Amino acid sequence: MSTNTAAITHGVAIVRSSLFKRLLKNPLGLISSGLILLAIAAAIGANFLAPFDPNHTDAMNLMADPNASHWLGTDAAGRDILSRILFGTRGTLISAAVVVVSSIVIGVPSGLIAGYYGKRFDAVASWLANMLMSLPAMIVLLAVRAAAGPSILVSMIVFGLLIAPGFFRLTRTAVMGVRNELYVDAARVSGLSDSRIISRHILTVVRAPIIIQSAMISGIAISIQSGLEFLGLGDPTMVSWGSMLLEGFQNIYVNPKLVLWPGLVITITIGAFALLGNALRDALEDAQKVKLSRKQAAKTLANAMADVAAHQTSESVKHASGDHLLSVDNLSVGYPQANGSLKYVVQDVSLFVDRGEVLGIVGESGSGKTQTAFSILGLLPENAKIAAGHIVFSGDELVSPTDGSISQKELAKFRGKRIAYIPQEPMSNLDPAFKIGYQLVRPMTQVLKISKSEARVKALQLLETVGINNPERVFNSYPHEISGGMAQRVLIAGAVSCDPDLLIADEPTTALDVTVQAEVLDLLRDLQTRLGMGMVLVTHNFGVVADLADRVVVMQYGRVVETGDVRSILRNPQQEYTKVLLSSMLEGKTPMTMLTTKEA
Amino acid sequence: MLRFIAKRLGSGALLLLVISTLTYFLLFFSSTSVAQNLLGDSATAQQVAAKTHELGLDRPIITRYLEWLGNALHGDFGTSWFTNQPIFEALATRLPITLTIVMLAIGTAAVLATVLGMAAAVKGGATDRLVQFLAIAGFAVPNFVVAIAIVTLFAINLALLPATGWVPFTDNLGNWAKSLILPVTALVINTVASAAQQIRSAFKDVLSRDWVRTLRSRGISNTEILFKHVLRSAAPAGLTVLSLQFVGMLGGSVIIESIFALPGVGQLVVSSTTQGDTPVVMGVVVFTVIVVILVNLAVDLLNGWLNPKVRV
Repeated sequence: MSTNTAAITHGVAIVRSSLFKRLLKNPLGLISSGLILLAIAAAIGANFLAPFDPNHTDAMNLMADPNASHWLGTDAAGRDILSRILFGTRGTLISAAVVVVSSIVIGVPSGLIAGYYGKRFDAVASWLANMLMSLPAMIVLLAVRAAAGPSILVSMIVFGLLIAPGFFRLTRTAVMGVRNELYVDAARVSGLSDSRIISRHILTVVRAPIIIQSAMISGIAISIQSGLEFLGLGDPTMVSWGSMLLEGFQNIYVNPKLVLWPGLVITITIGAFALLGNALRDALEDAQKVKLSRKQAAKTLANAMADVAAHQTSESVKHASGDHLLSVDNLSVGYPQANGSLKYVVQDVSLFVDRGEVLGIVGESGSGKTQTAFSILGLLPENAKIAAGHIVFSGDELVSPTDGSISQKELAKFRGKRIAYIPQEPMSNLDPAFKIGYQLVRPMTQVLKISKSEARVKALQLLETVGINNPERVFNSYPHEISGGMAQRVLIAGAVSCDPDLLIADEPTTALDVTVQAEVLDLLRDLQTRLGMGMVLVTHNFGVVADLADRVVVMQYGRVVETGDVRSILRNPQQEYTKVLLSSMLEGKTPMTMLTTKEA
Repeated sequence: MLRFIAKRLGSGALLLLVISTLTYFLLFFSSTSVAQNLLGDSATAQQVAAKTHELGLDRPIITRYLEWLGNALHGDFGTSWFTNQPIFEALATRLPITLTIVMLAIGTAAVLATVLGMAAAVKGGATDRLVQFLAIAGFAVPNFVVAIAIVTLFAINLALLPATGWVPFTDNLGNWAKSLILPVTALVINTVASAAQQIRSAFKDVLSRDWVRTLRSRGISNTEILFKHVLRSAAPAGLTVLSLQFVGMLGGSVIIESIFALPGVGQLVVSSTTQGDTPVVMGVVVFTVIVVILVNLAVDLLNGWLNPKVRV
């Protein structure tokens, strides 16, 4: 249940006290902490709280129902159930504590050393951790009991050892993550000793996940301890919930109610620890959310204000959606926020593409250009909302008027067949588990309804067309066996395989080496003219635009700044932002910060 | 491929050696009063000494260990000190029963957890919250509490299923199935809960990958993407979770077998450990570890088949 390690370790900066404050604000966190405090109180105060001695037998009152003196009734030997439950809390909580402490003592330091120093210690410790994890705990514990006798304490220490790999892995992963962070480097350079660095910088990183893991392990420990007691393998002199359950189970035909109370307290206690673990995790994640949403709230406000302004101008810039291949009119896309508002990433964008024409969309990251492209493809993330506007592809409206999302039914007719997509990052856009050939053939048999062998012939031709020297070999390769440039050619081959009318290329050369970039651009230009496709080219690079595009749309902060044909924009940019963008690009610099114009 | 298997089996053999050695020396401490236990309190010191000699317990531990190891390598695990039953024979009748229950449980849990985990990851919203809730509930109720609850309900109150006992399937297939339902259910509920949660995370992770979007852009149907591509990429994570759950179940079945009075390895473990029957404990440990090693090997091979990158 601790799969969110990465998320957890991110929230380390939070001060502990505020974490607990947040924990108590969550109703589940409050309830679970309350229950655990109650259990601790019962364990400490059992002598005062319990109405009877837990071993006092009342021969006149065997298996009595709950009554005024025995609130929960009595067991088969006439002992008070409530008193036994209260005293049983001790063994339960002590067991949980012993397991948590011993597994932390073993797991955390070894994880720190393995993660920080690595090498041989890491190899040995990881092997040991794997070994411990492949042992069935219950059988080992029984073997230990055979050796050490019925001491639940020894069993719990051994169980702590068995479960220590959990802490070991958690710590090791977290430490490896921060070992090479700059602030740790800085500390090292400034002459801090390794032990200081570990205690000051690294322990703070693993503290939160360790607390969460401890809650979970407490639950597991209670389950194992009760299980051993239930098997009758515990210390016979101690009162325990597990042995109460066993005695109840032995009388289950006589009085099934006897198993109820111990079963219930075991479940509630483990459940409380599980909920506490979850609530702690949520509290940590919330801390991040709160930080984020504050920033976003400011943005939302700014956007809302801009929205008003946009409405005043939008009427005047409206395009006639006439008979363009694709026309986008006044498109706005937003993501719903926790406070109910929409955070806009695309606002009031209008553009069009004609058949055989290349439209460049230029802007920095965060300008909304990719979101616009995904809107056209209907591939926006699920939580994105199209707040306003129309997307018309060869006469068909793609935005469904009812719920502000892209009509998947409409798009299914076009996607892959008439609208195709070339992604940015070649290596992450092929399914690593399937051969290249399969990934080219399958869409063709689906979309073009041709046979597998026909599709195979066509795929090999396409691979040749996109400039792959040995199509047969690439066809039979897995994605990890080819280079990035080859993978991008494969993706281009896939995109044009079903003879699309419109090709949407999202930074098709950004992830490639400079030499390969030029080749891929040549290829795209060649294919585009040969197949007469319309093309939307999303890029941050004016060089690419100059090379390929007929017309340009410049975007900033989700809006269209300037639009026009490529020559006039390059030679005579009207807007300040375009000029800044253009000059920075022509000098061949990659902007390190957001570019600003005088107005913005 | 063969080299990979050989390497894993070699590492498994090493693991087996380490664990059996540790266990043997650990059990040395428990075998001090075995002769007395066997003969009862009334035995004279002379009788005890004779029995100790008969069992070979008067020899140095190293000699005894090497002898045990030599015999074990030839497949001879000795006989029980208490029942004189050959250990191999005892395990041959009991291990299949335990494995039947555990395999059925892990199979059922795998299917249910995948369905629930997928539904939670894909549908989100209420389905997701339900799966999260079930995960905590399943974690909170230990399998023996589940077992007692379903025995009380289905066997005692409703009398639909037998509360205890084992029917070999050669005797009566229907009764065999009936005798399995409750023990398997008790093991499944726990496992499904936590596995579904982890499979959900694995699915969410894969669903957010770039190539899922690209596949959609190629006109592949959502169903095909989900069941052919995403399921395959999420499977290794799921298999790893399930293999750990399998190990947990091997231990958990000890309690379940005792509740349902099933003649599996569990009863053997409990009786041999309480009596200090070293040869039996050793036999059980060795065979359990072998099962675990084989299961882990199978999982590694499956992962290799699923993910060409780790293929050898």
